[in-house]
Amino acid sequence: MSDHKTMTLTLNVWRQKGPNDPGKFETYTAKGITEHHSFLEMIDVVNEDLIKSGKEPIVFDHDCREGICGMCSQVINGVPHGGQERTTVCQLHMRKFKDGDTIFIEPWRATAFPIIKDLVVDRSAYDTIIQAGGYTSCHTGGVPDGNALLIPKPDADYAMDAAECIGCGACAAACPNSSAMLFTSAKVAQLAALPQGKPEAAKRVTAMVDAMKECGFGNCSNHYECQAACPKGINVKFIAKLNREYLKAQFK
Amino acid sequence: MILDGKCPTGPIEKTWDKHRFDLKLVNPANKRKYTVIMVGTGLAGGAAAASLGELGYNVMAFCYQDSPRRAHSIAAQGGINAAKAYPNDGDSIYRLFYDTIKGGDFRAREADVWRLAQVSNNIIDQCVAQGVPFARDYAGYLDNRSFGGAQVSRTFYARGQTGQQLLLGAYSALSRQIKAGTVKMYNRREMLDLVVVDGVAKGITCRNLITGELESYAADAVCLATGGYVNVFYLSTNAMGCSVTANWKAYKKGAFFANPCYTQIHPTCIPQAGDYQSKLTLMSESLRNDGRCWVPKKKEDLGKHPNEIAEEDRDYYLERKYPSFGNLAPRDIASRAAKEQCDDGRGVGPGGRGVYLDFSTAIKRVGENTIKERYGNLFEMYEKITDENAYKRPMRMYPAPHYSMGGLWVDYNLMSNIPGLFVLGEANFSVHGANRLGASALMQGLADGYFVIPYTIGGYLATVKPGTVTTENPEFKKSVEDVKNYRDKLLSINGKKTVSEFMRELGGLMWENCGMARSKESLEENLKKIPALREEFWKNVKVTGAGADLNQDLENAGRTADFLEFGELLCRDAHHRNESCGGHFRVEFQTSDGEAQRDDENYCYVGAWEFKGAGKDPELHKEPLRFENVHLAVRSYK
Repeated sequence: MSDHKTMTLTLNVWRQKGPNDPGKFETYTAKGITEHHSFLEMIDVVNEDLIKSGKEPIVFDHDCREGICGMCSQVINGVPHGGQERTTVCQLHMRKFKDGDTIFIEPWRATAFPIIKDLVVDRSAYDTIIQAGGYTSCHTGGVPDGNALLIPKPDADYAMDAAECIGCGACAAACPNSSAMLFTSAKVAQLAALPQGKPEAAKRVTAMVDAMKECGFGNCSNHYECQAACPKGINVKFIAKLNREYLKAQFK
Repeated sequence: MILDGKCPTGPIEKTWDKHRFDLKLVNPANKRKYTVIMVGTGLAGGAAAASLGELGYNVMAFCYQDSPRRAHSIAAQGGINAAKAYPNDGDSIYRLFYDTIKGGDFRAREADVWRLAQVSNNIIDQCVAQGVPFARDYAGYLDNRSFGGAQVSRTFYARGQTGQQLLLGAYSALSRQIKAGTVKMYNRREMLDLVVVDGVAKGITCRNLITGELESYAADAVCLATGGYVNVFYLSTNAMGCSVTANWKAYKKGAFFANPCYTQIHPTCIPQAGDYQSKLTLMSESLRNDGRCWVPKKKEDLGKHPNEIAEEDRDYYLERKYPSFGNLAPRDIASRAAKEQCDDGRGVGPGGRGVYLDFSTAIKRVGENTIKERYGNLFEMYEKITDENAYKRPMRMYPAPHYSMGGLWVDYNLMSNIPGLFVLGEANFSVHGANRLGASALMQGLADGYFVIPYTIGGYLATVKPGTVTTENPEFKKSVEDVKNYRDKLLSINGKKTVSEFMRELGGLMWENCGMARSKESLEENLKKIPALREEFWKNVKVTGAGADLNQDLENAGRTADFLEFGELLCRDAHHRNESCGGHFRVEFQTSDGEAQRDDENYCYVGAWEFKGAGKDPELHKEPLRFENVHLAVRSYK
């Protein structure tokens, strides 16, 4: 179908058999890649070659391939998700690269995200943080009409800006302290901005920050690498909001 | 066998209330004695697991992703319907019920659809209480938009990420129950068998996708909320991991598969760019609120930049063919119309498989900023994939497989023909008939999960003694042994073709011969070619790696093996249904102006297939459909 010019690229990919095995970079060549290939489709091509030659393909997390599920997680040339603004790896396209490029591909690197195999890491720490309090404690049924609570549009928009987080983990992977502050703050800020979230706000922020620390994430020292790496453009202003909510909670 | 959906009778408005009262209850103190397995944690499974946990049941929930927050419900963009009638535009529960029955081309059960419409309003309230940031107007009230197949504005939305926000709402409710200890979550598990003991569903066999270990889980009831099967077309809008596997394993243990030929091809997806492509990306139906579909009237204009084609030389074919619904014609109709234009040689873009979706009129009317506010993320996504700016030139769109209306057969209680096996959300067949209307999938998933299964499962559990079967039962050992042998067989073939080569070939056959248009001949061709391809697969597939390890090649091989069996059943169902209805379009059965022609006299039934053993033909069972409230009529959107 396509008669595009093709590219040949050199890939240095992190291969690691298991959590306790030493890992190392292996070099592969990706041939016949067009500008319309997505980054993951480029790896698919390499994997097909590996399978045909009887070798184990590169293992990587991916699912929706449309930038919303948050499953894909690769550090490309040192940058989580590859450096295109507001873009997940699965939405990164090869037109951002040129023929002859050498590309380094690694997994997320953070103490709280142990490597499982190759490019796959364990991100269950993020679930643990949400389980600590990232919800309103409403029961199914027995809630008021949706319009019984009026929510000013700016508040609804602010909450939505925060709620766009896809929980991919790029923020912690990009942070020199491996902090999960951007992730945690997005949920805290979303719920703190809405009347439904107010009754539990103090308890929530304390529990989520405690969980974050227990999971082994570091603290924020305002590098803002997280915002730069975030594929949804979550703003660091939510970290300021988290800090305020946290402080407020201490004086309750 | 004539199947009985066990629908309540009497005035439709009272059916669900009456049924809820008639259902047996489980005493609050006894609920903790029961264990329920929930496979899949998208909108249906996540909402159900949370709600059942909250009621006090012990729930074990399973998903193949690394977190329940990633289920493919998350990708739904446009919105969720409810009959709130906030805009004062004539909506009602009855109208939502009517639109859904008509939209499904009169192939769904009335009672199930009524219940869906009735609980739709509770869903919105529930999600608001969870903190889902739905769009609001400046006065602080919930905002609505229009969607296909309806002439009222009843769709609630959260920018272009409604599915994400609703799923994160369900995920938050689920997380709360995990913390409370009522739900135990098992991530990165794939269900590979249903365990049936003395004819009753009592558990599952899973593969731990990290260690490769095969694990047994026993319970008093098993719920499948495992989504749809349109990845049988290889290229679809589904996530890469979506498969028919869980449903197919249940089918092979005796659960009936209903209406597999009802597949939805969504009209507005980004056209395929090359043979390497791994999936197709949908652009929300909400875009058709402001976008106008057109192709050039004259073939000689095909090479031109779209902005250089004069207004009078554009064929706004949906507005021309369906003046009262225009660009908001339902999905099946809009998809076929796009195909018709391309078949006529007036398609745009590579290979002539595309139509324009043009926003210039809307941008002139309301300004680029308003359009950006409504659909900004979609325009951004479009640009990332195509490198084209849709504010400046129309989008190129082509239909793509998106949703499956068919699924495992269930009765009104969402229980399959196997006692103790419940099926929720897209995985069942129940409410969308032969075509699903936009913004109804989210509604169904959450309706089943929050407001149906919590009641109906109690009615079943109240009749069984809890904890009678454990994983020590020989059926569990046998199931693990069977799954292990099957896995080892896949790993031992060591042939020459990769799994994805087989899947692409199957997808090609399905799309060409059983896609937007089907015929007796094309289906018979598939009924010959698919078994041959399957035979080749089991002789010549190459699967690398080991069973006791994280092995994505093996995962894909298992899913492909199931699709190679299921694809045949889908074609068989399409072949037997000698009529056109909704998403099932048989070229032999169409009106003089190319619309689907139903045959109510002979095909007004649910077709449910029973597995009769490997190498044997499945048996068809019928559940007659009765329409007592909405009268069978030719479905017109003109």
